Amino acid sequence: MNASNPLPLAATQRPAPRERARLLRSALPGVSLAVLLVAIFIMQPRAMSYLGLNLMLNLAVPIALATMAQMLIITVNDLDLSLGSFISFVACVAATVLGPHPWLGSLALLGCIAVYAALGALVHGRNLPAIVVTLGMSFIWMGAAILLLPSPGGAAPAWLQGLVRIKTPLLPLAIFVCMGIALLMHAFLARSTLGVILRGAGGNPQAIGRRGWSLLRIKAGLYGLAGTFGVLSGLFLVGLTTSADANIALRYTLLSIAGVILGGGEFVGGRVSAVGAVLGALTLVLAGSLLSFLHISPDWQIGAQGAILILVLALRAGVNRLEARP
Amino acid sequence: MAAATCTLLEFQGTGKTFGAVRALEGVSLAFHAGECLGLIGHNGAGKSTLMQVLAGTLAPDQGAMLVGGQDLRHRYNVRLAREHGIRCVFQELSLCPNLSVAENTRLMCAGLAGWGWRARARRAIAEQLQAIFPGHGIHPDDIVADLPIGQRQMVEIARAFVCEGEPLQLVILDEPTSSLDAGVAAQLLRFVRRFVEGGGSIVLISHILGEMLSTCDRIAVMRDGKVVQVRPAADFTHTSLVECMGHAAKAAEEHRTFVSRRHGTPVVDTCPARQGDGQCVRAYPGEIVGLAGLAGHGQSQLLLQVLRQRVRGRQGVALVAGDRQSDGVFPLWSIAQNISVASLAQLRRGGLIDPGAERALANEWQARMGIRTPSMDQPIVALSGGNQQKALFARALATPHPLILMDDPMRGVDVGTKRDVYATLAAEAAKGRTFLWYTTELEELQYCDHVYVFRDGQAVLDVPRSELTEALILRGSFQEHSA
Amino acid sequence: MSTLRVSFSAKPWLWSFIAAVLIWLATIAFTGGQGAGGLLSSALGFSAFFVIVGLGQLFVITTGPGNIDLSIPANIALCGALGMKLMAGDAGLIAPALLAVLVAGVAIGCFNYGLIRLLRIPPIIATLSASFILQSLAIAYGRSVRIQPPPLFYEFCTGRLLGVPYLALAVSLLTAAMAVVLARTRYGRWVLAIGQNARAAELAGGRVGRIRFATYVLSAVFAALCGVLLAGFSGGASLAMGEEYLLASIAVVVIGGTSVAGGFSNVPGLWGAALFLYLLVSMLNTFGASAGIRLICTGVIIIAVIIAVSARQQGGRR
Repeated sequence: MNASNPLPLAATQRPAPRERARLLRSALPGVSLAVLLVAIFIMQPRAMSYLGLNLMLNLAVPIALATMAQMLIITVNDLDLSLGSFISFVACVAATVLGPHPWLGSLALLGCIAVYAALGALVHGRNLPAIVVTLGMSFIWMGAAILLLPSPGGAAPAWLQGLVRIKTPLLPLAIFVCMGIALLMHAFLARSTLGVILRGAGGNPQAIGRRGWSLLRIKAGLYGLAGTFGVLSGLFLVGLTTSADANIALRYTLLSIAGVILGGGEFVGGRVSAVGAVLGALTLVLAGSLLSFLHISPDWQIGAQGAILILVLALRAGVNRLEARP
Repeated sequence: MAAATCTLLEFQGTGKTFGAVRALEGVSLAFHAGECLGLIGHNGAGKSTLMQVLAGTLAPDQGAMLVGGQDLRHRYNVRLAREHGIRCVFQELSLCPNLSVAENTRLMCAGLAGWGWRARARRAIAEQLQAIFPGHGIHPDDIVADLPIGQRQMVEIARAFVCEGEPLQLVILDEPTSSLDAGVAAQLLRFVRRFVEGGGSIVLISHILGEMLSTCDRIAVMRDGKVVQVRPAADFTHTSLVECMGHAAKAAEEHRTFVSRRHGTPVVDTCPARQGDGQCVRAYPGEIVGLAGLAGHGQSQLLLQVLRQRVRGRQGVALVAGDRQSDGVFPLWSIAQNISVASLAQLRRGGLIDPGAERALANEWQARMGIRTPSMDQPIVALSGGNQQKALFARALATPHPLILMDDPMRGVDVGTKRDVYATLAAEAAKGRTFLWYTTELEELQYCDHVYVFRDGQAVLDVPRSELTEALILRGSFQEHSA
Repeated sequence: MSTLRVSFSAKPWLWSFIAAVLIWLATIAFTGGQGAGGLLSSALGFSAFFVIVGLGQLFVITTGPGNIDLSIPANIALCGALGMKLMAGDAGLIAPALLAVLVAGVAIGCFNYGLIRLLRIPPIIATLSASFILQSLAIAYGRSVRIQPPPLFYEFCTGRLLGVPYLALAVSLLTAAMAVVLARTRYGRWVLAIGQNARAAELAGGRVGRIRFATYVLSAVFAALCGVLLAGFSGGASLAMGEEYLLASIAVVVIGGTSVAGGFSNVPGLWGAALFLYLLVSMLNTFGASAGIRLICTGVIIIAVIIAVSARQQGGRR
C-alpha cells in the first residue's frame, strides 16, 4: 500500500506565514520564561545555582499543579473560581487529619475528588454557569477549612514534609516535578485518544456528542481530574509550609487562571497546552523574584504579574493579527 | 449504465412533513454502487431534507427505506447508516477547530483506536488527501482553526473517505466545491469518478451545472419536495436541467403595469464585498428590490454590509430577520417590547421611554399586522412562528426609517400570514419606503420591482420585473461551468 | 392561591425579601425581641455597600454570558485609598476628592473595556489582569499611614436618620434610579436586549460595542464610589477592605433573581439579597455558629438558588 502511494508527509510544505505565526504563538510561553530567567541571572548571577533556583522555585510546584487543575476546567470552556479555597481546604485536611488518622484523611481527600466530579456532572446536566457554582463552592470550601482549622497551625505529616524536600541531584526537585507534570499531562492530552476526545469536547461539543461520546462523563471526568490536581497541589503546599491556614492558597484561583492564559491557553474553544501552562505558572513565580532582585518593592509584585499577562496577551493579539493579514 | 447495478439503498414513496410543511413527498429513488447520482433543485426543493434522511439525522414519516430488500425506515439512524457504509459531508463543518487534522480523523474513525493511532491517523488522512487533492499543502499536524476555509473543506471531504476497518459504500457530498478554487474542485471531481469506477457510490449536490453534467451518471431533479425527473446525465443539457427545475410555463402571470422607479438618488448603492466587476446593488426610493439566487450565496452578507454602513453613518435602517431564533427574537421580552426596541428614540418623553406611547405603538401594530394574541404583554415565545414573524415585521415597519432590509423573512410562515405581509409591504412602498428583500422563494420575486441574482457572493444578474422570468433566475443561480 | 403565585412570578424579587424577613424574625425570636431594631439598622447600613457594587455587577452580568467584572475588589481598595488621601481629613476637600474618585472609576472602566476590545480577550481575563495592576497601585499608593476621613464625611457614612443610615437612604435612591435606567431608557433596554441575543440586538440597530463600553464604565464607577464610602464608613481605607466584594457582588446579583445567562435583571432584588446575606450571617452568629458554618451556609444557598432558577427555566421551557 505504501509502495504505490509514497508517504506524502515530507512532500507537503506548510505555507510560511501560517507556520511562522503558529511557531511564534507556541514559542511565546517558553520565550517569556527564558527572557525572565536571563534577566534574573544577569541581575543576580548567584541565582544561577542549586540553592538559588531552589529558593526561587520554592512554591512553584503547588502553583503549577493548581494551574494544571484550572487548565482542565478551561478545556471545556468553564472556569473554577473555587480552586484557591479548595487547595486551602486540602492543606488544612493534610495539616490536621492526615497525620493522626491517615485512613480518614485519605478518604476525605478522595471524597473531595468525588465532589469535583459531581460538580462537573451538575454543571453539565443542569446547564449551570460554572462561574456561579464554583463561586458558591468557594464559600463552602473556605467554611470547611475554617471549621477544621480556625486559626493558623496544624502540622503536615512528617512523610509529606520529607517527600517534598527530597534533594535531587543537579537541579532542585521543583524543576523535575514541574517537568514531570508537564510531560505527563502533555502525553495524556495530546497523545492519548481520551485526551483528544476531551479537548474535542471543548472545541466542538456537538460534533463529539454526535459521535456518541457522553459529554456528561467527559465533564465529570475532567472536573474529577482537576480535583485530583487540586488535592496534589494542597498536599505539596502544606508539605513545604509544614503548617496550614484557611487562607493559605486563596490567591491560587487568580494565579492559576493567569498561568493557563500565559501558557497559551485560550479561554474558549478547548485550545490549551499542558507544557505552556506549567511554563506560565513558572513565569508568574519567577516574576516575583526578578522584581525583588530589581529592588522593586514587593508592592508591585502583583502588578507585575498583571502587566506580564497583558503584555503576553498583547503579543498574542499581535501575532494573530499578523496571521490574519493575507 | 451497463454495470450489474447493485442497489445499496432505495427510497419508496418516502415522505417527511414539518408541521404543515411537506418537505418531502412520495420520493422514490435508488442509490446504486458504482454510480454518481446528482441531485439538483432550487431552494426548498427538498435536497437537504432528503440527504439528512439518507444520513440518518432525520427520520422520514412515510414510505419505505429498503436496504438489501428490507424496510429499515423505523429503525434507521446515524449509527445504522454508518454501519452500512453511508457517510456524509455536510456544508456546515463538523470538525473540532482546536484539534489537528490527524486528531479530527481519529474522532471520526473508530478503527483508528489503540497503540500508535497517531501515526496511523496521520498516514491515513495524508494518503487520502494526497489521493484526492495532490499537492494540497495540508500537514496532518496542522490545527484546523489555522487552516483557511477551503483547506478545512478539503480535510472534511478527505476524512469522509478514510476507512480503517469500517465499511465505505456511499458518500454524500453537499456542495463540496463551494469553498474550493477551480483547480482543487476539478481534482475532487476526478477523484469522484475514480471512486465510482472502483465500485463506490456518490451523491453529489452542486449549483454548478457543468460539474453535475460532467461528473454524474444520473441526475435527479427535485422540485417542491418531489423528485420530478431522474435521467442519465447524458440525456440532460444545461437548458433542459434549468427547465426541469422550474415550474412548467406558468399561465400568463397577471402582469401589473410595470413602472420603473429607478430615478433620483438611490437609497442604497453598495457593491457586494466579493464583487469583481464593479456591479453594484442599487435601490431607489419607493422601490422593492429583490435579492435572489440559491441560499447562502452572499445575499445575507450584503444586507449586513448595508446595515452596518448605515448604522455607523447614523442613517436610519431596520432589518427583518428570517432566522427568528438566532437573529430576531428577544425571548425574555413581551411582544410589545420586541416591537418597540427599534423605535425607542421616538417613544421618549423627557428622556424616559413613555410606557403609554409604547403600549400605543404595540396596539397600533397589532392591529395593522393582525398579530393574533389576547395581549401584547404576553411573552413573544408564546406566539406561533407566523405571528412572531409578524411582530418582527412590525418592529421594522414601526420605525421611521426609510430603508427596510429583509433577510428571507418568510421562512416557515403560513400562506395567510404571507398574503397579509405582502399587502402591507406594497402599501408601505407606495408611501415611499425602500425595501431590500432577500428571498429564497421564487414566487416572492414577482412582488419586487427589480431583482439582483446572486451567485458565489456576487450579483450576477440585474433585471427589472418587466424582464423577469423563472428560467432567467434559475440560469443565473446555477453556474454553467466552474470558473 | 393561584393569584398569589401569579403575583410572585411577576415580582420574583419578593422572594429574597421574604427570605430576609423570615431570617430577621427567626433571629429576634431567638433573642426574645432584643436588639431587633438595631439589627435591622446595621443590616441596612452594611447592605448599602453590597448593593452599590451589586448594581454595577448586575449591569455587567445582564449584558450576557461571559461578562463579569473581576476588578471590583482592587478598584474598591484603590479608590478608597485615593479618596482618603485626597480628602486628607479636610472637609473642604470632600467634593473635589469625590469627583476625582469618580474620574478614576471612569478611567478604570475605560481601561477594562480597552483591554477587552484591543486584545480581543474575554472580559473575565481582561478585568482579572486589570485587577492585578489596580491592586498593586492600591498597595503602593495606600501603604502610608492610615488617613482618617474628614469628620463630616465620616458622619455622612455612619450617621442615621430615625435609625436608618443616611447611606441606606442614598443607595435606595440610587437603586430606584438604576431600576428606571434599566427599564425606561434606551441604554437600559439595549443592555437587556444584548444580554438576550447580542446578534439580534446588532441587527435591530443596537450599537453593541458602545453599550458594553458604557456598562463596564458604570460598574467601575460604582465600585469606586463604594470604595470611598467604605473607607469613610470604616474610618480609613485598608487594602483588604475590597476582598469580600468580588464574591459578594456576584452573590447578591444571583440571589437577587438576576439571570446569570443575561438579559433579565432584578434591581430591587439586590436589596433583598444583600439584607438576606447580612441577616443570615448575624442569625448564625446569634445561634452561636462559627465563621465556618456561616460561610458554608452562604455557599450552599448560592448553589441552591442557581439550581432552583435553572429548574424553573427548564420547567418553563417544557
